[in-house]
Amino acid sequence: MRLGLDIGSTTIKAIVFDDNTNIKYDIYKRHYSHIKENLLEILKDIKNKLGDSELHVAISGSAGMGLCEDLGIDFVQEVYATRVAVNKFIPGTDCVIELGGEDAKILFLSNGLEVRMNGSCAGGTGAFIDQMSTLLNISIEDLNDIAKEHGKIYNIASRCGVFAKTDIQPLLNQGADKKDIAASIFKAVVNQTIGGLAQGRDIQGKIVYLGGPLTFMSELQKSFDETLKCKGICPPNSLYYVAMGAALSANGEMTIDDLIYKIEHHESKGHYKSLSPLFNNEEELKEFRERHAKAYVNTLPLDDSYNGPFYLGIDSGSTTIKVCLIDEDLNIRFTKYLPNKGNPVVMLKDILTEMYDLKPDLLIKGAASTGYGEDLIKNAFQLDGGLVETMAHLEAAKHFQKDVDFIIDIGGQDIKCFKVEHGITTNIFLNEACSSGCGSFLQTFANALGYDVSEFARIGLLAKKPVDLGSRCTVFMNSSVKQAQKDGATIDNISAGLAMSVVKNALYKVIRVTSTAKLGDHIVVQGGTFYNEAVLRSFEQMLGKEVIRPNIAGLMGAYGAALYAKDLELEKSNILSAEEIKNFEHKIINTKCGLCNNHCDLSINVFNNKNRYISGNRCERPLTKKAQDNSLNLYEYIRQKIASYEPVHGKRAKIGIPLCLNMYELYPFWFTLLTELGFEVHNSGFSNEKLYSSGQHTIPSDTECFPAKLAHGHIEKLLNEGYTNIFYPGMSYNIDEKISDNHYNCPVVAYYPEQLHNNVMRLQDVNYVFDYVGIHNEPYFKKRIVPILRKFDSTLKKKDILNAVDKAYAEYSSYLSDIRRKGEEIIEEAEKSGKRIVVLCGRPYHVDPLINHGIDKLIAGFDKAVITESSLSNRVEKLPRHVLNQWTYHARLYNAANYVSTKKNMELVQLVSFGCGLDAITTDEVKEILEAKNKIYTQIKIDEITNLGAVKIRLRSLFAALEKEDKNEKK
Amino acid sequence: MKRNNKVIDYPVFTKEMVKDYTILIPSMLDVHMKLMKEVLVQAGYKCKVCDNFEGVAQVGLKYVHNDTCYPATLVIGQFIDALEHMEDTSKVALILTQTGGGCRASNYIYLLRKALKKAGFGHVPVISVSMQGLEHSGFKLDLKMATKLGVAVFYGDLIMYLYNKTRSYEITKGSAEELVNKITKVLAEKLKNGSGIGAREMSKNYRYICEEFNKLPITNEKKVKVGVVGEIYVKYASLANNNLETFLVEQGCEVNVPGLLGFVYYSLYVPQYDKEIYGGSTIKNLIYKGLIKYLEKREKLMIKAIEKYTSFTPMMPFKHTVNLSNGILSHAVKMGEGFLLTAEMVELIQTGYENIVCAQPFGCLPNHICGKGVMKELKDKYPLANIVAIDYDPSQTKVNQENRIKLMIAVGKEKL
Repeated sequence: MRLGLDIGSTTIKAIVFDDNTNIKYDIYKRHYSHIKENLLEILKDIKNKLGDSELHVAISGSAGMGLCEDLGIDFVQEVYATRVAVNKFIPGTDCVIELGGEDAKILFLSNGLEVRMNGSCAGGTGAFIDQMSTLLNISIEDLNDIAKEHGKIYNIASRCGVFAKTDIQPLLNQGADKKDIAASIFKAVVNQTIGGLAQGRDIQGKIVYLGGPLTFMSELQKSFDETLKCKGICPPNSLYYVAMGAALSANGEMTIDDLIYKIEHHESKGHYKSLSPLFNNEEELKEFRERHAKAYVNTLPLDDSYNGPFYLGIDSGSTTIKVCLIDEDLNIRFTKYLPNKGNPVVMLKDILTEMYDLKPDLLIKGAASTGYGEDLIKNAFQLDGGLVETMAHLEAAKHFQKDVDFIIDIGGQDIKCFKVEHGITTNIFLNEACSSGCGSFLQTFANALGYDVSEFARIGLLAKKPVDLGSRCTVFMNSSVKQAQKDGATIDNISAGLAMSVVKNALYKVIRVTSTAKLGDHIVVQGGTFYNEAVLRSFEQMLGKEVIRPNIAGLMGAYGAALYAKDLELEKSNILSAEEIKNFEHKIINTKCGLCNNHCDLSINVFNNKNRYISGNRCERPLTKKAQDNSLNLYEYIRQKIASYEPVHGKRAKIGIPLCLNMYELYPFWFTLLTELGFEVHNSGFSNEKLYSSGQHTIPSDTECFPAKLAHGHIEKLLNEGYTNIFYPGMSYNIDEKISDNHYNCPVVAYYPEQLHNNVMRLQDVNYVFDYVGIHNEPYFKKRIVPILRKFDSTLKKKDILNAVDKAYAEYSSYLSDIRRKGEEIIEEAEKSGKRIVVLCGRPYHVDPLINHGIDKLIAGFDKAVITESSLSNRVEKLPRHVLNQWTYHARLYNAANYVSTKKNMELVQLVSFGCGLDAITTDEVKEILEAKNKIYTQIKIDEITNLGAVKIRLRSLFAALEKEDKNEKK
Repeated sequence: MKRNNKVIDYPVFTKEMVKDYTILIPSMLDVHMKLMKEVLVQAGYKCKVCDNFEGVAQVGLKYVHNDTCYPATLVIGQFIDALEHMEDTSKVALILTQTGGGCRASNYIYLLRKALKKAGFGHVPVISVSMQGLEHSGFKLDLKMATKLGVAVFYGDLIMYLYNKTRSYEITKGSAEELVNKITKVLAEKLKNGSGIGAREMSKNYRYICEEFNKLPITNEKKVKVGVVGEIYVKYASLANNNLETFLVEQGCEVNVPGLLGFVYYSLYVPQYDKEIYGGSTIKNLIYKGLIKYLEKREKLMIKAIEKYTSFTPMMPFKHTVNLSNGILSHAVKMGEGFLLTAEMVELIQTGYENIVCAQPFGCLPNHICGKGVMKELKDKYPLANIVAIDYDPSQTKVNQENRIKLMIAVGKEKL
């Protein structure tokens, strides 16, 4: 007999074959990280059923590796095992798609064996679906069931779980249908798998689906079928292929008793990296608890002993809803903190009903909302005001520590930190999309290990050797925990380690502290996650100082909103009365906006009081039905300018140019050069979702920046439109603008034409010209370009080419000066009308509406003027820098920052594409330049994510801080 | 002080410091570093190669932007950690090589200086060594010393090459490593005394190294042959790649890590291709061409020695390797490891190392193109190629990395 064990990240699978490869035993079991115990149980069960006989044994699976090393049992790599089993049981298979707890794999069996496993950045598919079902508050089975009835698919970022979550949460908050979301989650998994793993290789022929998620979820299979345009097979025993492969490859022979003995006597070595404990003893814990009990707000009953006035604050967060009713003396009279179950409006209706029931004659003098759902709630219940959540938290924190100089809030989804100076917020840190999900991560993790979250926190408090789990994105944490378990870490040490990693994440990743002294001496910590004493303690340990955690840490947003409502000084609130609440009804209509080609997914909330609230929109058009005024938006002007280079029919062939990366700014140059020679020059147009997904399968590296990935879509578009001549020259160097020591392009921009050549196979069927040129050296360029252009037409005359080159240089320079002239005009106009000017910095390709997700329009919608870094960079001479200043586009950022730092009415917001390695360098330098002149630095990290919620908060906080500053100055 | 419009607001390594300052050298290739150190000692500098590894990454994370590449985090972390453990840092200097070019790695020196300031070591001078010449310093890298360092590279490469050829097959466990230590000591002693530099002496030493390794008792098992390429630091520094070579050997593989010489050649070839594409100075290139000629002569001696005195196949001469990327990646790709990385993969495949680990820092920009970007094309051209790309950064776990490598090995074993 042969025994194969597959010990994965979440489950154990075992299979026993007899000598004729008939299955004698099989089991599939979640192990909740108690691998040893579960394994023994299974082995004893096998012994009971099959008796103690000689077996060939092999183990596979990511969690099995360590065990094998220690026990001296054969280890079979899991993908390899799958392959062995598939070849045996489903011969003729072309391709296997296997999803596991944390892994996604594609095996190409025919035409050259190839195996692909998910990259380090795309962790978790089964775990991802688990997380999503927790988020939707339904079981995995239900998730599959409701997906059957979906009507539409939302676009959910397909890169990694955390991104997807950021997309799904707002959909839930906007009241999108869960059926649609469920189907969209499956679609995201499909896109992730295919986009991340196929890498240019077509998935076709006989396809086999394996692993837990694909076995249990028929809708996921269907989603794969639809995308691949085929019908895959999910064979019997699809859960056991790895185990079967292990069994088939097993060499070593032993009896079950031997095996049981070995495992029973297996002591893990406990060699994981550990940190010092949170508390050394019970006394320390007691003292700690007593100290924190001191920061509190009184809670008094809501009854006839006090008759008002009252003030109501509501914080509609990403996963929860928090309500605070306070009295004239700021005591809390009524409060709620509940999960919003994806529908905050319904939850709040119940909460308000309960509140009115307690005191029907409630005299509310003011009501305000804050948080993700601020506008929705304000509209639905007719509140008196709303404020951005950063401001709400500051209001509340001041109540506990009037000299507060630093606030850190860790909620379910996000980390928010504010630096406060002289009573105003001077700096805001929000976690980037890649490290969000901290609080809810602890919860998901606790649940996955079979604990409730508060119990999970408690067991970590007195752990002796907390695991060192590092400080990166939570997706990686799963694997770190796996590693720690392999090394023998117990649950209490993992719990403490996770709490510590959340804190490290906040300190090193979000705030990026180097010296804790810089944070200030009066730190207030808040957000539901700080009720977790392990997190709180670890935070104090790492800071080396004591902090204040109010007893209402989780309610601070709501409390701050209530304080704000009080400050409105109204006679009576406009909020729905007890009667109106009773009759309150709410309906959601989901639709696609057709007013422009962004095609936003809109959720229209209709309330029975005739109020409507539209969400999901990126601009004001669906609300006002009018086109937005973009006259003071230089981004819009540039887009129009690029679009104005219309193809001219000429005597020569058509040439297609992909509008990507450096081509956004150099298009006028190449367009003019080729048009002058008589070619008809077309470009691939601005990006959109469809274009992106059409090129996704040819992206070779999943950690590239989004603008680079988009280039694949642009090429696909040109190919699909039938261009046989495509031009995209490579350039190590860019134009020398004399403001830097060198004038490089970044490596990705420089060599992307060649990247496309190597990965988009269809380019080999057309005349794709991607030779390297340097337009910074005009005389040399003139020599070099001649033979290159003759690849399009051998009859081109040198004289004509040289003439066209001169025109191209002239056009490029007139293009740039036109943009600078327009920038000047916008600045003058803004100054005249007293508008603030936002210098939205990035690279030339950040004007693309898909790359910037409409952030320029969003800012314009706040009634601000928007200009680019390129329109300012020539106003400052070359200055010394603390970094190597050698990239053309990046040098502009520094100069723009210098210019902004001298202007009262200008603010700088820097767009950073996720994965841009160079911006790790530029952002610090830009920040230093601004902060040296006491300017606020705002950075917005962008990727494929389309949700603007966090961006809005950030911008509103910035503007709110600036307005407050203005007001203070006037006083 | 201004030069090239850069701010010079940091301490400079002056002539006066040479006598009593200790220069810290970051760890990377053990043998090479030991030998190079002796060259510096012979020139009158006091030196120490860093040997602190534990917790270095965490120190780096504290002082370097977390999205900066892993090598910066480690090198800077290792320096600061070393300084933190010293009682007196008033007589310490740091040395760092700079590759220059359009990769962000050219910023390491600036990041290091920023980090030193933040950590309270703003007074420690940093010596920057680069192809573009030296920044202000009392550290003289004249042609003589450059030659001697070059010699150390040759010795280092040869020892590493033969060590890898033998360590997986040694009959007495640890005997290959012992031999490396013995040979390194002998050569270090020679370099320290200023000998072992001339062509004749090098020939003699090559012969000595080859004969010693050839004498080592080894088995004739068949093992999976694995090549290691990647970003230079992650490829060579065991601190960065979680002891990749040792892991591979333990898994029953023979390892081949192309030598440092390739990178030296590559740096000299790049300006020539640059001139061809973008125009530029001719004089500089004449010097580089001369250097290439010089290296080729010494390389020839090394290859000859391997052929004559051992039973092993020697490496390809670089003038052959340099053209191996043709048809896959052009010579214009010159940032980071550029076309060199691709060329090395082709050389490995052509010499029987079809199984390859391509190691890079997480999010390495050039490697998107010259590493991961060419794999499809490589596999089309060489269907037997079995390449796995592994990302390294502070939170990539060993278990995931090893799992992927094991898959590559399992496929490789099948073909044995």
